[in-house]
Amino acid sequence: MAVDQELKIELGKQGVFVTTLQELYNWGRRNSVWPMNFGLACCAIEMIATTMARYDLARFGAEVFRPSPRQADMMIISGTVTKKMAPQVVRLYNQMAEPRYVIAMGACAISGGPFKQGYNVLKGIDRYIPVDVHIPGCPPRPEALLEAFITLQKKIDGQSLTGEDRPRFLNSEAPGEFAVPEPGEHDLEPAANKNVWTVPVVIR
Amino acid sequence: MKTLEEIKAAIEAAVPGAGVEIVQNPGPAAQHSLRLQPGSAFEVAKFLRDDAELALNFLSNVTGVDWPDKEISEKVKVTRAVTKTVDGVEQTVEETVEETRKRVEPGYLEVVYHLFSMTQKHGPVILRMRTENRSDKVELPSMTPVWRSAEFQEREIFDLYGVVFRGHPDLRRILMWEGFKDHPMRRDYVEPDDYDYEPTAHDAVLAKAKAHQAAQQAAAEKGAAQ
Repeated sequence: MAVDQELKIELGKQGVFVTTLQELYNWGRRNSVWPMNFGLACCAIEMIATTMARYDLARFGAEVFRPSPRQADMMIISGTVTKKMAPQVVRLYNQMAEPRYVIAMGACAISGGPFKQGYNVLKGIDRYIPVDVHIPGCPPRPEALLEAFITLQKKIDGQSLTGEDRPRFLNSEAPGEFAVPEPGEHDLEPAANKNVWTVPVVIR
Repeated sequence: MKTLEEIKAAIEAAVPGAGVEIVQNPGPAAQHSLRLQPGSAFEVAKFLRDDAELALNFLSNVTGVDWPDKEISEKVKVTRAVTKTVDGVEQTVEETVEETRKRVEPGYLEVVYHLFSMTQKHGPVILRMRTENRSDKVELPSMTPVWRSAEFQEREIFDLYGVVFRGHPDLRRILMWEGFKDHPMRRDYVEPDDYDYEPTAHDAVLAKAKAHQAAQQAAAEKGAAQ
């Protein structure tokens, strides 16, 4: 239920604070996204730079990097996901508590990047876990990661708590656990989680 | 530093019957190397490390090379007897004909070691070893007991090329996972066919993506027909 913006301001001047539960809930949720202390490759260096004084990710509420998936809300896939590492990444994601978000950072995490045709690199982590924001770049600058974080906050802010498009953690039928790929004789099995990733249609 | 010929002579004096060969590098780098026989390679390596003058105590790099079976076609002049009719009379004439013959040179796996001396400040001395073939006789002696730094790199060669190092303390795959069957750096490695989604394919990748799509379509049509 939306509150008329002008009425809200007018009431505010009179010392009356009006809001909706959804607004309050999303405000709290988007300003306390704690990332997981987890880096995969060179993008992790940029991620570390983003958290330091110059770029200061903490301004946006991503205050503490938690070294345990149980305490983290957001996973930044910062770097190349090798096929040997992919099962562990999915397992860590499964261990995170809802609500949880994923930012795929850099060319490797979103598609395999320069190593895409290699024998040991996964062609994008979105084949196994749902990704909220993709950032291109090799590596993306800290500004790009901040932009991705702000995009994620906007996404959280825009979510409705009821109805069809409610977030996954409020939908009891949505999957809570994602299949961990098994290392096979020639490749990971399966090569992609069909419930998460379908072959995108290329429009030329 | 001693020249490669002198090193070879020193090895043969120290390890009788070592059977060291010099492999020429025809490129501009001209980094010629010593090819060791697997049977005596360990003794030779110990000599190279412990010899006071050479003192090659630093192994900087170990790498592998895959040499697949090579089909060589060469033109050979062959003389053979041909029956001909000359002036109404049958005669047997010797004739020289050019023939193209094909033969297959068997492939092998090669391991290359680059050695330096920290005390004498010289190097590199390059060693090579070759396996008998690429399938079942792929054993070579491990240099890890001589140079400790070979351990991980030999594991990598075992993983990616499939060379089995005899005497290695911990020969497991290092980059690929346990249970992986292939050797990805071999020339005949067949990669998994995961070309479902190639939005910006070109050249070789485009060809693979098209082949993959064609195969998928054929499978779908076959499924529909049944």
